[in-house]
Amino acid sequence: MIPGAEFIVPAAYFAAAVMFIYGLKGMSSPVTARQGMIWAGIAMLLAVLVTFIHPKVEGNYGLMLIALVSASGLAWWWARIVAMTDMPQMIALYNGMGGGSAAAIAGVELLKMHSGQSDMATTTLLVASFGAIIGSIAFSGSLVAFAKLQGWLRKTWRFPKQQLINLVVFGITILLALIIFVAGPSPFLLVLFFGFALAAGILITIPIGGADMPVIISLYNALTGLAVGFKGFVLEIPALMIAGIVVGAAGTMLTQLMAKAMNRSLTNVLFAGFGKADEDAGGGEATGEMRSIDATDAAIQLAYAEKVIIVPGYGLAVAQAQHKIWEMTELLMSRGVKVIFAIHPVAGRMPGHMNVLLAEAGVDYEMIEDLEDVNAQFPNTDVALVIGANDVVNPAARKDPSSPIFGMPILDVDKARNCIVIKRGQGTGFSGIENLLFFEDNTRMLYGDAQKVSQQLIAGIKSLG
Amino acid sequence: MEGWIALYIFMLAAFTGIEVIRRVPAILHTPLMSGSNFIHGIVVVGGMVVLGMADTTAEIVVGFIAVFLGAGNAVGGYVVTDRMLEMFKSSDKTKDKG
Repeated sequence: MIPGAEFIVPAAYFAAAVMFIYGLKGMSSPVTARQGMIWAGIAMLLAVLVTFIHPKVEGNYGLMLIALVSASGLAWWWARIVAMTDMPQMIALYNGMGGGSAAAIAGVELLKMHSGQSDMATTTLLVASFGAIIGSIAFSGSLVAFAKLQGWLRKTWRFPKQQLINLVVFGITILLALIIFVAGPSPFLLVLFFGFALAAGILITIPIGGADMPVIISLYNALTGLAVGFKGFVLEIPALMIAGIVVGAAGTMLTQLMAKAMNRSLTNVLFAGFGKADEDAGGGEATGEMRSIDATDAAIQLAYAEKVIIVPGYGLAVAQAQHKIWEMTELLMSRGVKVIFAIHPVAGRMPGHMNVLLAEAGVDYEMIEDLEDVNAQFPNTDVALVIGANDVVNPAARKDPSSPIFGMPILDVDKARNCIVIKRGQGTGFSGIENLLFFEDNTRMLYGDAQKVSQQLIAGIKSLG
Repeated sequence: MEGWIALYIFMLAAFTGIEVIRRVPAILHTPLMSGSNFIHGIVVVGGMVVLGMADTTAEIVVGFIAVFLGAGNAVGGYVVTDRMLEMFKSSDKTKDKG
């Protein structure tokens, strides 16, 4: 053992904990956010390096290096090549890895106990098993979420008695934890225990889809934090406890903020399944017909407007249209049109996702307005241009008490003088709810892929000279 | 670790987490989720400790998985967050102008 390690290691961990909190705090403003991440990055590097001389670490240095280098290389490479639009699922993937790591740590601890090398105190064993369950659920659940967002898993499975089956699987997991607690861990019991915990994560996630995905990813992020915090207790590393719990608490708050922005409670997200009443909601109430418009006419409307509000949604992200939209916006602004962007808190697949995409294209974030500020401006707006957004502009949330999204705060685009909706097809949106906006008298549908349509709009505006 | 002290750490850390996020503007929600995702990548340290203590093959294999997954969480989380925050760079300049 390196002399002084008993002091150096905890001191470095302490410094890392301070830098983590400082770094996270820096992220509360766009100006200091990057600097905050640098602090957190230094903290991570310091903590990892100093762990090589941790008094409890006695060997396997080679394997440790191999695991560190190979995982870092792969994760770095994949995170670099992925398109900005795919960021949400990358968060899910890397978060799942963290949960899996916490679960694996619990696995080693329990195996050690089985071979009689460590006798954990009662509380420690309980915390270890609890962390194992949470970590496993976050792991398998996040991976399912990743597969869904990546498009590898397109179906949303709902089967009869789903809640009951989930409850039984979860109950068996707890029961196995208790058996391990009383009878001691045997390899067979451990495999069974982790198997059931992983199955619980999968079962909870497969029925969830649509607009609920970001909420569930945020929830798993919080759960991983909690699991990491528990591992910190078991391994007696307070830095792990602090970092884990801070993330767990912040993540829980963020999850609630997101659920609230959609007017749904967390239990609703987890147990109700989004828009279960889809089939009988909407449909009948939508009166009138959808009227379409072609790009040339739409370009004229935009070019001669005084004020345009652009409402981006997930369709913009899918079509990678952010650059074209910005090009069009610059054209309009050069003609003296006042253009602002209105972003709903849950537009896209993550809160802030649209902001990131628009920022990528070069849109100044002062041109972007939040829901609260922008809604008053619609009545004196000439054209509201909706690009691939659907549920967040559905007036049913205001008008139709039977709609599953009734009460959800929306952008009141229907109050603008004209509303142009760029949409790929006539189908319903992510949630499967009929959108009353499309049937309004002042709404015109502009069908097509957002990228191509914006290209046509640019050409149209240019041809007006 | 002393149970009560752990409980105090737990409580204080939870309040810190809630306070830190309360003042965050909506435009930073995704980068923040990503950033906190990076921070719980500190679990890699726990993985290293258990791998360092592992003796049997089973322990070594599971410990290796712990380090591998933890390192992926940390590095991937960092790069994703950094790429997102990079997007806000140009906006800072325009802000200085105005």
